[in-house]
Amino acid sequence: MSPGRARLLIALALLLVWEALCRLGVIDRFALIPPSEILWDLGRILFSARMWPAIGKTLGNVATACVAAVAVGVVLGTLIHRWRALRETLDPLFAAYYAIPVYAFYPLFIVIFGLGDVPQILIGFMLGLVAVVVNTMNGLDRVPRALIKTARIHRLSPVATALQVSLPFAAPYIFTGIKLAVAYSFIGVIGAELIMSRTGLGYEIGFAYNNFDNAVMYPLIVLVLAIATTVNSLFFLWEKKMLTRRRR
Amino acid sequence: MTALIRATLLIAAIVVAWQLLFWYAGPGALTAPYETVIYALQLLASPSFYPHLIETARAFALALAIAISCGILVGFALGLYRFAAEVGEPVLVALYSIPKIALYPVVLLAFGIGMPAKVAFGALHGIMPIAIFALGAVRNLNPVYLKTARIMRLPPARIAASVLLPAAIPEIFTGIRIGFSLTLIGTLLGEMFASQRGLGFLLIQAIGLHNVRMIMALTLLLVVIAVMASVLLLAVDRRLRRSAG
Repeated sequence: MSPGRARLLIALALLLVWEALCRLGVIDRFALIPPSEILWDLGRILFSARMWPAIGKTLGNVATACVAAVAVGVVLGTLIHRWRALRETLDPLFAAYYAIPVYAFYPLFIVIFGLGDVPQILIGFMLGLVAVVVNTMNGLDRVPRALIKTARIHRLSPVATALQVSLPFAAPYIFTGIKLAVAYSFIGVIGAELIMSRTGLGYEIGFAYNNFDNAVMYPLIVLVLAIATTVNSLFFLWEKKMLTRRRR
Repeated sequence: MTALIRATLLIAAIVVAWQLLFWYAGPGALTAPYETVIYALQLLASPSFYPHLIETARAFALALAIAISCGILVGFALGLYRFAAEVGEPVLVALYSIPKIALYPVVLLAFGIGMPAKVAFGALHGIMPIAIFALGAVRNLNPVYLKTARIMRLPPARIAASVLLPAAIPEIFTGIRIGFSLTLIGTLLGEMFASQRGLGFLLIQAIGLHNVRMIMALTLLLVVIAVMASVLLLAVDRRLRRSAG
């Protein structure tokens, strides 16, 4: 049996157990509803188009935060990598970065930028940025010296060296950073929406929770998890393709 | 020595940037560095603050203990059997990267408001990286160790305790270091949404009341605690790795 098939079987078995526990009344309906109902409700919600603006807004903000984190992160990582003293100074900050509750800065951003999309995007961006910076530097560390020397012999400028030699070589490591940035952008944007916002998936989940509206809450949670997992798997496949091409 | 100078420079740069931001954004958005430090110290000295601090520390310690023990258990259990690892690892990685914050209503409905919910939320965040690193550690282990243990007919629990754990400690510690940060965030998030006590609760309350002084002082305290703990863990991590060669 292949690992993929085993995963599928285990997942199906768990879903069946969940369904059975709910149908037999072992799990209270107020706590958890059966997966079949969640799926049915999700279909209804998607069909009614009521949630489309919220979904679009959240996904747009996640995408903006993620693209910005990757773009700024790769540039910053490359610059900091070149400047050794700066890197050693910032190292403890990078190591401790993910223990800092970034959400604490959310009210500050709201005061500065207003209660629009910008504070939420900024939170997602801040969470994703350091993962990209750290992984970019990690990849640049592994560029063989022969490559750098060859670039120097060809009199490539530092920018050209980075664009044509070192960054392409470091791509698999940067990819790790990008995958983390995707995950963190989701966490940042949806978390910020939960704390304080007027629209978006996180807001709708919190709203449904406060109204004991499980028929909306669970489908939306499943939707968020499904979107995040799909995006992650797509990146995983792309990465695999890139790595096999490289091995040839 | 140079490390100390660098740290001082970094702190000085942050304080300058903070002060500039204060001048730009004004007292409605944030408080100045000096004022924040004073208020944080006042908080630490006030008796009404201590129960919250201790509540968070207890929840975090429990969550971390659960995350470490369960993470190592899952990592070892999957790592020892190749097929289980092939089946389980992508699932662990997928679970690691889903936005667990979306699950907070589920945790609340399952555990109710209070200590169990925030411990569960913290552990939920920390368990995945620890399991992933423990799994990787077992897989990268010199197979001779495991073969020797099997030849000596050690039971699985003994193999885990006297062969796996000592050999895999450096890598597992890296997992714990990452899990530490995530568990702290998870516990605080749990307190923000699911609690009437603790630093996370104080933070969400301050956000709701727009108590800028409180938000800034709490953030400062949390950042200082997080950075100090991370620097300590990083030092232990490097030492473990060096002695492991």
